[in-house]
Amino acid sequence: MNIKTTVIKFQSIIALFILCVVLALLSDKFLTPENGWNIMRQISINVCISVGMTLVILTRGIDLSVGSILAFSGAVAAGLLKYGIDIPSLNLYIGFTVFGAILGGILVGGGLGLFNGWMITRFKVPPFVATLAMLTIARGATMLWTGGFPITGLGEHFAFIGTGWFLGMPMPVWITIIVVAIAVIVTRSTKFGRYVYAIGGNESAARLSGLNINKIKIWVYALAGILAAVGGIILTSRLDSAQPNAGFSYELDSIAAVVIGGTSLSGGRGSIMGTVQGALIIGVLNSGLVLLNVSPFWQQIIKGFVILIAVILDRVNHPNED
Amino acid sequence: MEKENIILRAENITKRFAGVTALDDVSIDVYAGKVNVIVGENGAGKSTLMKILSGVYPDYEGELLLHGEEVKFSNPKEAMKSGIAIIHQELNLIPYLSITANIYLGREIVDSFGMLDFKKMNQVTKELLARLDCDVPPTTLVSELRVGQQQQVEIAKALLEDAKVLIMDEPTSAITDAEVEVLFRIIESLKKQKVSILYISHKLDELFEIADRFIGLRDGKMVGTIENIVEANKDDLIRLMVGRDIDNHYVKEKSPLGEEVFRAEGIYLPKPTGKSEFLVNDVSFSVRKGEVLGIFGLMGAGRTELLETVFGLHSKLMVGNIYIDGQKVIIKSVMDAVAKGMGLVPENRKEDGLVLEMPVFKNISMASVEQTLKNGFLNLGLEIGLAKKYITDLNIKTPSPRQKVKNLSGGNQQKVVLSKWLATTPKILFLDEPTRGIDVNAKNEIYHLISNLAKEGLGVLVVSSELPEIMAICDRIIVMGESRITGEFSQKEATEDKIMNAAIL
Repeated sequence: MNIKTTVIKFQSIIALFILCVVLALLSDKFLTPENGWNIMRQISINVCISVGMTLVILTRGIDLSVGSILAFSGAVAAGLLKYGIDIPSLNLYIGFTVFGAILGGILVGGGLGLFNGWMITRFKVPPFVATLAMLTIARGATMLWTGGFPITGLGEHFAFIGTGWFLGMPMPVWITIIVVAIAVIVTRSTKFGRYVYAIGGNESAARLSGLNINKIKIWVYALAGILAAVGGIILTSRLDSAQPNAGFSYELDSIAAVVIGGTSLSGGRGSIMGTVQGALIIGVLNSGLVLLNVSPFWQQIIKGFVILIAVILDRVNHPNED
Repeated sequence: MEKENIILRAENITKRFAGVTALDDVSIDVYAGKVNVIVGENGAGKSTLMKILSGVYPDYEGELLLHGEEVKFSNPKEAMKSGIAIIHQELNLIPYLSITANIYLGREIVDSFGMLDFKKMNQVTKELLARLDCDVPPTTLVSELRVGQQQQVEIAKALLEDAKVLIMDEPTSAITDAEVEVLFRIIESLKKQKVSILYISHKLDELFEIADRFIGLRDGKMVGTIENIVEANKDDLIRLMVGRDIDNHYVKEKSPLGEEVFRAEGIYLPKPTGKSEFLVNDVSFSVRKGEVLGIFGLMGAGRTELLETVFGLHSKLMVGNIYIDGQKVIIKSVMDAVAKGMGLVPENRKEDGLVLEMPVFKNISMASVEQTLKNGFLNLGLEIGLAKKYITDLNIKTPSPRQKVKNLSGGNQQKVVLSKWLATTPKILFLDEPTRGIDVNAKNEIYHLISNLAKEGLGVLVVSSELPEIMAICDRIIVMGESRITGEFSQKEATEDKIMNAAIL
C-alpha cells in the first residue's frame, strides 16, 4: 500500500486527529476528560441513528423519518411508563415497568420502520417519498400522543439510562458501543450484511442471484426504526422528558455523519466504523466551536462546508460512480 | 447504376474495439432515393457501420464521401447538419415535452426578446408532420403518442434538418402491423422526396416489400449486394447472411445423455400492454442431463424473455408448467428457481451478473453464501477457499480472490459469473449469450467449460445469436422467431442455411 491509498483509507481518522490537535491548541478546555465524555454522550444518539441510516444508505435508500420516529418512540416509552394504558370505558388499565415501557417504545419504532420498508418494497414508493411521509406521520402521532406537551417526571430508574454511569463510563456511551459492535459484526460477518452491500452494489445482479431483496430491505428499514427508537429513549431519559418536538432535523445530522464517514449515497460502499468517525467529527467540531465561542450561526455554516469537503474528497477518490 | 446516383459512399472502413475488429475494410454505396437494406447476422457489424455513418463513432480508418466529397463527423450533430440522420431502435424523445419541443430541442427559434417563438415552431412542425401524413397537433405531449407516432416524430426531427440520408435501425421491431404500413407509406413518400434510406431489419417479408437493393455484411466484411431485387428470393438473401468464419473449429465432445432434468411446457409470456400479443408464445422444450441445448434466434425473437420467464422473473404474467427431474415445480421468483437447482448467466454480465465493486470471492459466493458460514457467521477462510477452487478450476486470471471484479477482463468476469452458479451445484444452467464481448481465447475456454459441465451431468441451455457458436457447442438446437419455436435440429442435421431459414420465417 502506498502513501496515497493509506491517506485515502484513513482520511476520516486523519481529519479527526488534526481537528483535535487544532482545537486542543486553541482551547485549554477541549482536551479534558469532562469534555471528552461530554462529546461522547452528545454524539451517542446520533451514532445510534446513523448506524441504521448507514444500513439504509448502503442499500441505496434514504430514511428521512428517523427524527420523527425517535420522538414518537421516546414519547410512547415515556407515556407508557408514566400513565400506562388506561381506557376507563373498558375498565382497562395496564401499567408498565421501565423495561416494559422501553420495549414498547422500541417496538413502535421498529413497527414504523417496518411500515417504511413495506411501502418501499410492496408499493415501490421511492424511499425518499415513503420516509418523507413517515416524517410527518410520526411527528403528528407524537403530537397526538403527547397532546403537544412534554411528558416529564419519569423516575430515577428510567433516568439512569441517559444520565447514569456504569463501570466509569456514561450509560449512553455503553449503549452506543454495544450497538456499534453488533452492527460491525452484522455488516461484516453475516449473510444479511453481505446482502445489504450486494443490493446496494447491484440490485439487479443480487436479484438474479436469488436473494430475497424485499425481505432484506424491509429489515433494513425496520432496524433503522429500532435504532431511532433507541436514540429516542436515550434522549427522553437524559432530559427526563419526552418533548413533542424532539429529534427535529436529526435525520440531517445522521445523513451528514454517514456521508462524512465515506459511505456512498449510490449504495454498496461504506462502513459502520466510517459513520462512527463521521459522527465523531461532527461532535468534536460542535464542541470545539462552542468552546471557542463561535456564534451558532457560523457553526451551521462551517458544518455545511465540512459536509461539502467530505463529499468532494469522496468524489475525487471514487470518480467513476454516479 | 450511374455514379451520380451515389449519394453517400463509405470507402475501406475499418473499425477496431480493443483488439476486436468490428469492421474490416468495408466499402458500401448508398443510392439516392432508394431503400438500401443492410442484412447480416447479429454481430456482423451493421450497427457499427451505422454509428460511423451517423457520427457516433468519430474514430475509424477509411473515408466517407458525401456527394463525392470527403466528410468526417466528430459527433452525430455534425452528421445531421450534413444531412445524415439516424432513427435509433430505442427512440430518444423526452416524454413530457410537446412534439414541437422535441423536434426543436437544441435548436429552438427565439424571437427578438429571447423568448421561444412557439407560433413559428408549431407551424413548421405541423408542416413536417403533414409531410408524414400525421395529423396530430404539434403541441401534443410525446408521452401521449403511440410508439409508431413517436417514430414519426423522430423522422420529422430528421426532416427539420433537411436529412438526405435517413438511417433506420430495426424500425419495425417495436411497432404494430398497422403502424408498419404507415411507416412504409412514409418511406415511399420520402423516396419521392429524394431522401435515401439505409435500412436494417431481420424481418424477411418486410424486406422484400420495402427494399430496392440489399447489401450483405458478414463478420465485419462486405460480402456482396443484390441489385436486382425482382429476381432475388429468400435463399439468395440467406446466402448473403450466413457463412461466417468461426475463429476456431471447436466441436463439442459427445457426452452420454442421461435422464430429462428440465422440461418447460406451454410457456406463454403476454406483453404487459397487449391482451393477445406474446413475448413468448407457446414454447415447450426439455433438456437432459449431459445435454447442451441451444436456442438460436435473431434480435427480438424472444430468447432472453424465454429464459427470464422460466427463471421466475415474470411469475405474475407467465403461463405454463416447469418440471425438474420429472417433478412439477412452482417457480414464483428467482429465489424459487435457484432453490430448485437453476442458474442463469445473464446476457449483460456487468448490469445483471456482477457486483462490480465487490471482490471476486464475494461475487463467487453470492448465490450460495450459506456454505461459507461457520456458527452462523461468514467465514473468510471458507469463502476464499471456495473462490480459490473456482479460480483454479476455471482458470480465472486474477491477481487475488480479493481483487475487485471490475478490474478483470470480460472473459474472466464471465467465468466469475459461471463460478457463482457452479458454487450452487445447479442441475440446469441457462447461459444467455455466454461469449458476448469476450476475446477468442476466453471464448474457447468457455466452450470447453460448457462441454465439461455437460460431461459431469449438468443440463445446459445456451442462448446465442452466433450461428457458428451454437452449431459448435450444442447437441440440439431450437430456433425461435417472433416469440415462438420455428425449428428444431440435432447437431448432425443442422446447417447454417437451415437454421437461418427457420429464424427469419
